[in-house]
Amino acid sequence: MAYDYEKSIRPGKLPHIWCPGCGHGIVMKGLIRAMDACGLEKKNTAIVSGIGCASRMPGYLDFNTLHTAHGRAAAFATGIKMAKPEMTVICCGGDGDGAAIGGNHFIHACRRNIDMTYVLMNNYIYGMTGGQFSSSTPTGHLASTTPYGNPDPCFDLAKLAIGAGATFVARTTAFHANQIDKLIAEGIKHKGMAIIEVLDDCPTTYGRRNKFRSVVDMMKRLKEIAVPVTAAAKMTPEQLEGKTLTGVLHKEDRPEYCESYAKIIARVQGA
Amino acid sequence: MSAKAEIEIIEAYCKGCSICVEFCPTKVLEMDAFVVKVANADACIACNQCELRCPDFAIKVHKL
Ligand SMILES: Cc1ncc(C[n+]2csc(CCOP(=O)(O)OP(=O)(O)O)c2C)c(N)n1
Ligand code: SF4
Ligand code: SF4
Ligand code: SF4
Repeated sequence: MAYDYEKSIRPGKLPHIWCPGCGHGIVMKGLIRAMDACGLEKKNTAIVSGIGCASRMPGYLDFNTLHTAHGRAAAFATGIKMAKPEMTVICCGGDGDGAAIGGNHFIHACRRNIDMTYVLMNNYIYGMTGGQFSSSTPTGHLASTTPYGNPDPCFDLAKLAIGAGATFVARTTAFHANQIDKLIAEGIKHKGMAIIEVLDDCPTTYGRRNKFRSVVDMMKRLKEIAVPVTAAAKMTPEQLEGKTLTGVLHKEDRPEYCESYAKIIARVQGA
Repeated sequence: MSAKAEIEIIEAYCKGCSICVEFCPTKVLEMDAFVVKVANADACIACNQCELRCPDFAIKVHKL
């Protein structure tokens, strides 16, 4: 028997709305397999997103889901987790939503180390609205709002998450489909803020403008730039030029926010 | 060689991106206009790569 994705998808929702070759579908499949591998029950799982193509994901998933305001997934998810700490809370969305418009909510959720898993789909662009540059569009690349090349330096989103205090940070790509579920599952099991950045492709608004001839070309690029952290240790800076590290980039133990908060309540009420 | 899996294509979901065709290690799949088709069923080694990377839930690999 082939893997049954449809048990996790709301009836009648396929085919989905994403463009041909858009990596968001590959990520959604990985998320479904990860939740399955962790044995998550629908009634104890909440999936939260903001706005964007990537943020359409919860609409397809047959769990408790919340489609919120642009950039605010982490804020709404924090509310859910504080009210119901026994629930597994998962955020998903794009780089524009999570790290540009919602960058403030994102870094503070990382700082708090609240126990949730954030699947951040970085397709280097604001896809839904026609390809404006985001804070992760590489320097020099073309977007509808940077027709002569993006002058801005871009964020390394995994590094941003580590710097902001997330206690589990991992990265993979839409090409590395069989790693997506493993890293998300590890993130779900981790107690604290887990960020899984998935380098993704938007053929429609990013690929076309940046001279990728096809979806396959974009997939090949994702394959080429990825270097597992373990392999990178043995490589020279020249060999690592233009590459992106994948795998588990950071893991530490630090008090989790809901637990710290509960302790304060217990102490104050006991006094 | 005999097929290690039976490939099911859900044509109504396939958007013709050709990711599955390109990365199948044994060239089992082919594009037919804008929908994928199984062209070389016997060569399938059941590696599951096509199913994992299909963004559109349009391929199922039934291991034999
Ligand atoms: C407050 C607000 N500002 C702007 C928008 C317009 N808007 C909708 S989606 C989007 C970009 C989403 O980009 P990203 O999160 O990278 O996801 P993608 O579409 O690339 O998957 C923008 C700017 C909005 N809906 N609300
Ligand atoms: S516009 Fe880009 S991000 Fe949005 S569905 Fe199409 S390919 Fe995906
Ligand atoms: S399972 Fe592997 S060998 Fe068979 S069609 Fe898919 S990619 Fe090709
Ligand atoms: S990867 Fe999926 S959507 Fe793309 S051509 Fe193959 S079956 Fe069709």
